[in-house]
Amino acid sequence: MNRRMTMPSKSGSGRMPAGRAPKRKMNFKVLGRVVKLLFKYYPRMVPISVVCILFSAITATIPAIFLERVSTVIANCVRYENGALVWVEDWATARATIFPQVFTLIGFYVIALIAVALETQLAAYITQGFLSKMRKSMFNGMQNLPIRFFDTNKHGDIMSHYTNDIDTLRQLIGQSLPTLIRAGTIVVSVFFIMLWYSAWLTLIVVAGVLLMFLVSGKLGGGSARFFIRMQKSVGAEEGYVQEIMNGQKVVKVFNHEGEAMEDFDRINNELYENTYRAHGYANMLAPIIMNIGNLLYVIIVMIGCLLLVGGAYNPSVGVLFGKADPVIGVGIVVAFLSMTRQFTGNINQVTQQINSVVMAMAGADRIFTLVDQKPEADNGYVTLVNAEIAADGTVTETDRHTGRWAWKHPHENGTLTYTELKGDVRLTNVDFAYEEGKPVLHDVSVFAEPGQKVAFVGATGAGKTTITNLINRFYDIADGKIRYDGININKIKKSDLRRSLGIVLQETNLFTGTVMDNIRYGKLDATDGECVAAAKLAGADDFITRLPKGYDTELTNNGANLSQGQRQLIAIARAAVADPPVMILDEATSSIDTRTEAIVQKGMDALMKGRTVFVIAHRLSTVRNSDVIMVLDHGRIIERGNHEKLIAEKGQYYQLYTGAFELE
Amino acid sequence: MIKRLSKCIREYKGLSIATLLFMVGEAAIECIIPYITGKRLINAIQQSTGVDMHYIIKIGIILALMALVSLLCGGFAGLTAAKAGSGFAKNLRRDLFEKVQTFTFHNIDKFSSSSLVTRITTDVTNVQMSYMMLIRIAVRSPLMLIFSVGMAAYMGGWLAATFVVVIPLLVVSFLLIFRKAMPAFRRVFKKYDRLNESIEENVRGMRVVKGFSREDYEKEKFGKAADSICEDFTKAERIVAWNTPIMNFCMYFNMVFVLLMGSMLAIRYAGTSGVQVGQLSAMLQYGMQVLMSLMMLSMIFVMITISAESAKRICEVLDEQPDMPVSEKPLTEVADGSVDFRGVSFKYSAEAQAFAISGIDLHIPSGATVGIIGGTGSSKSTLVQLIPRLYDATEGTVSVGGADVKNYDVTVLRDAVAMVLQKNLLFSGTIKENLRWGNENATDEELVEACRLAQADDFINSFPDGYDTHIEQGGTNVSGGQKQRLCIARALLKKPKILILDDSTSAVDTKTDAMIRAGFRSFIPETTKIIIAQRIASVQDADIIVVMENGRIAAVGRHEELLETSEIYREVYEEQTHGKEDDDNEPQNDDAE
Repeated sequence: MNRRMTMPSKSGSGRMPAGRAPKRKMNFKVLGRVVKLLFKYYPRMVPISVVCILFSAITATIPAIFLERVSTVIANCVRYENGALVWVEDWATARATIFPQVFTLIGFYVIALIAVALETQLAAYITQGFLSKMRKSMFNGMQNLPIRFFDTNKHGDIMSHYTNDIDTLRQLIGQSLPTLIRAGTIVVSVFFIMLWYSAWLTLIVVAGVLLMFLVSGKLGGGSARFFIRMQKSVGAEEGYVQEIMNGQKVVKVFNHEGEAMEDFDRINNELYENTYRAHGYANMLAPIIMNIGNLLYVIIVMIGCLLLVGGAYNPSVGVLFGKADPVIGVGIVVAFLSMTRQFTGNINQVTQQINSVVMAMAGADRIFTLVDQKPEADNGYVTLVNAEIAADGTVTETDRHTGRWAWKHPHENGTLTYTELKGDVRLTNVDFAYEEGKPVLHDVSVFAEPGQKVAFVGATGAGKTTITNLINRFYDIADGKIRYDGININKIKKSDLRRSLGIVLQETNLFTGTVMDNIRYGKLDATDGECVAAAKLAGADDFITRLPKGYDTELTNNGANLSQGQRQLIAIARAAVADPPVMILDEATSSIDTRTEAIVQKGMDALMKGRTVFVIAHRLSTVRNSDVIMVLDHGRIIERGNHEKLIAEKGQYYQLYTGAFELE
Repeated sequence: MIKRLSKCIREYKGLSIATLLFMVGEAAIECIIPYITGKRLINAIQQSTGVDMHYIIKIGIILALMALVSLLCGGFAGLTAAKAGSGFAKNLRRDLFEKVQTFTFHNIDKFSSSSLVTRITTDVTNVQMSYMMLIRIAVRSPLMLIFSVGMAAYMGGWLAATFVVVIPLLVVSFLLIFRKAMPAFRRVFKKYDRLNESIEENVRGMRVVKGFSREDYEKEKFGKAADSICEDFTKAERIVAWNTPIMNFCMYFNMVFVLLMGSMLAIRYAGTSGVQVGQLSAMLQYGMQVLMSLMMLSMIFVMITISAESAKRICEVLDEQPDMPVSEKPLTEVADGSVDFRGVSFKYSAEAQAFAISGIDLHIPSGATVGIIGGTGSSKSTLVQLIPRLYDATEGTVSVGGADVKNYDVTVLRDAVAMVLQKNLLFSGTIKENLRWGNENATDEELVEACRLAQADDFINSFPDGYDTHIEQGGTNVSGGQKQRLCIARALLKKPKILILDDSTSAVDTKTDAMIRAGFRSFIPETTKIIIAQRIASVQDADIIVVMENGRIAAVGRHEELLETSEIYREVYEEQTHGKEDDDNEPQNDDAE
């Protein structure tokens, strides 16, 4: 009876097989790490909780002793001889023995209550605190991971660490561990008390428990088998429903409702078959175990009675120590009845927790794998500082925001040099591969002088975006050199390098918050005025002011309430407020129709003025006025030059431009 | 809500009732066993002399039989409950899915597809689990409670007074805890969802985070949110945590009461009370059973409250009414491919203030090629969606083949009007299977013919598996241009009287685009072709070109006419063709090299 009432966790109640987990593999290393962390975070609370649990567990077992004593007293006081009542002792004498016993018990109970209350409150505190700490350490660790991690892991998988895996930990710390300690303690102490009273009866109880294990193993195995099948059917059904719900409009247009229904029925029936079998086995388990308990109860009484009536020899530890009669009394039988229930009940609780411990260990393992991921290396030591630049070009560092910046470059010999931030970016003979053996870029050289606009054109997968990934060091090059204002970018501190580069990506990502917050993301200390100015520059001010709450409009779900084009305009404004000397525009205007783009173009032109800009565009009209256009094909630059030159060459660019070639 | 859902139990009503009956049996036996062991068996042995061994064995056998019957009842109830619950869930899912199939576009717009998926999967599972628990425990626990208290009073007399304290205390404290904890949990779960959304946002936007070097800012923001959630969660959990000590108190109280009161009754009033050791033992058993049933009841209470949200979401879908009136005597044939808009206005919902399109008057003769052009948000798609009656016009009439679209049987109308949607999709399966969406009985030759017309045959043949190539869900393993051409072929297989392409060749190169249109002209001349496009080149040779702006027709005419009369058209034309003619400019010095 130590099962706690907790709120069911949100995710998938009842998904777990009641019997054995399909793979019962306990990862003790992970468990050890969790426990160690618990003690580290809560060096006082955790030991206090453990002591409380131990105490309340032991208290739970001692009533059997009192029950035995009181029953014995009663049996000794009152006798029935040939159906007639005979008082051996009167109430007053009996009271003198019984009351002190009961009052001792009450004393134990009061302390136990305090212990339980304290422990459950602490458990709530520790569990949530620990989960919060794990969440934070995952999140903080994640911020320092290289982009490669996010490119190679499915976002759904990363998210499941924060939802499913954390949930299993919550189950472990809030429920499984305390239950295991408590139930384990009770089982052990009840076992000893039973042995103290009677070896024969203990033997019977143990045999009953073994039978329970056997049955639950069999049924649990069947249940687990169908639970696995059920999970598969659930997956199949989810996949089908998702596909059809997404394409519901196509279904309607093709009058395909009937066929969809037929397919669904087939999948749905299969799910039903597996679900009821899985749950059927699981549901049967509890009553069967409970009634084996009942049978055991009956057998104990019967054997107890027979031993009692027959006055048979009753070996026990108590007898061994000479503290008990070698004959069974009625008190012992009564005490055994309650102990049998306690013993089997708690053993069942231990077995029930094993599944969730196994699951929690798998979850914890995944969490630790994320926490242990190697963070993005950054050996850069060149930093970006505010600077004052004298008329003769001398650069001096200052704390004041001057609007001018310089690279602070410490050298090995202890000297410092300052280089003005201009936005000169040069790639020389760069090779790169995301995966070894599958090169994406070959021998790419691009020179961009301050203020120039460089465009990349080419089919999907030609390597356009890869080049920009290398400039801001989302990935590191395999061979070749990239220099920024003459400094090898490997020497520049990554955060400073990225601060000097503004990016607007094809896939717009906005954050929950107001429009103003989102623009300010580009420069955290920007005033409202600066943000509005940036929005005006990007041509976003017009639509923003027409939103119901203007700049204070709340955006949720990646700005789902805005059109794709509007979201891109905000992203452009966000880059504009950062005011970086170099901009990377990766398909920044792909979702804006040509007419709107013409309007945005003005803002974009204003934004690009005086900056070095790298443009990737699907639509060639946006790259036409670039200083230089690079046509990429399979990671190589196959044509380079300005629009007029490339058109005159009548090469690939010409074909693309005239639409004779499919870009996709 | 309960009424609505219970309609879905249908053929599983019998199994549900069987479960209830099994549970009654199990509960009754559960409650008699302690009585018999206590009063009959233990008390029998307390009498030191004259114990009848046969009597003990007889009672033992009865008890064993009872345990066996209880085991059978419980086991069968487990099976029937599983079957009834899973069957109920099956029916629910089926009804939901079927309902969605009857949805109009208007209904579909109301629910996001992911929310529909959640309703059909997770929400139904929640309801299923609750139902399974409900039919077993909702009857068993109250019965156990009543039987236990009844048996205790019958057997133990004054000993049963313990329940006068224990039951009200538990019920009241549970209700108090529930009332305080439930809203707290609801709030914190909402917050928790938001926290997870913000993590997802962070993961998705990692390039932005890193691009702006905002790692530390994100950490700080997350730290604050996580702390605040931790605080709320702890508060809520701490309220619930009071359950355990209260439960323990009741157990302890029961024990102490039975020991004190029991020994007094058994010794002092042994003559009148009839209480002996056996009753004491049975009383402890009943105390346990009462506590357990109360705990189970509180658990279902919580579970039902939680799954009530799911049930509500399910009912929202089930109660959604398709809002397209059906004609009493529907026309079963579409005469030809002519289309007429007469004074048509449309808005997406009755509450919307602005009309998406308004004042449309347009006649399209059968067999004509119509081009529609206009900026994003000019409602080009909205206009054409009225033709196959994907939406109903708010004002005015839309006619196809000379009859109001509302007079047709919808299936007939949509078979005659094939539409390639802008957001088009292929489904997982082979290319052949996908194409046959257009016509189930199409022969292989017909498939090839349609694909040739859509300029898809060449690339299909270039795949190693040809027409049997497997398409991934959503068509992710073919390029955008290829997908569009497959979708056109699929629509062509319907042999429609009207073919609508809603920006369906945007990813197709201009040459192929032109070949597709040329094919249409020569091979399906009778079919009315309505083409929405961004590229002027895709529409400039159409019989009629419609220029849309802000939901109105800004201009109608042929290419040459529009160049003269429509400023918008001319602008777009110049925007798109500018530069193609003046490529003989001197190349500028490319000092970037």
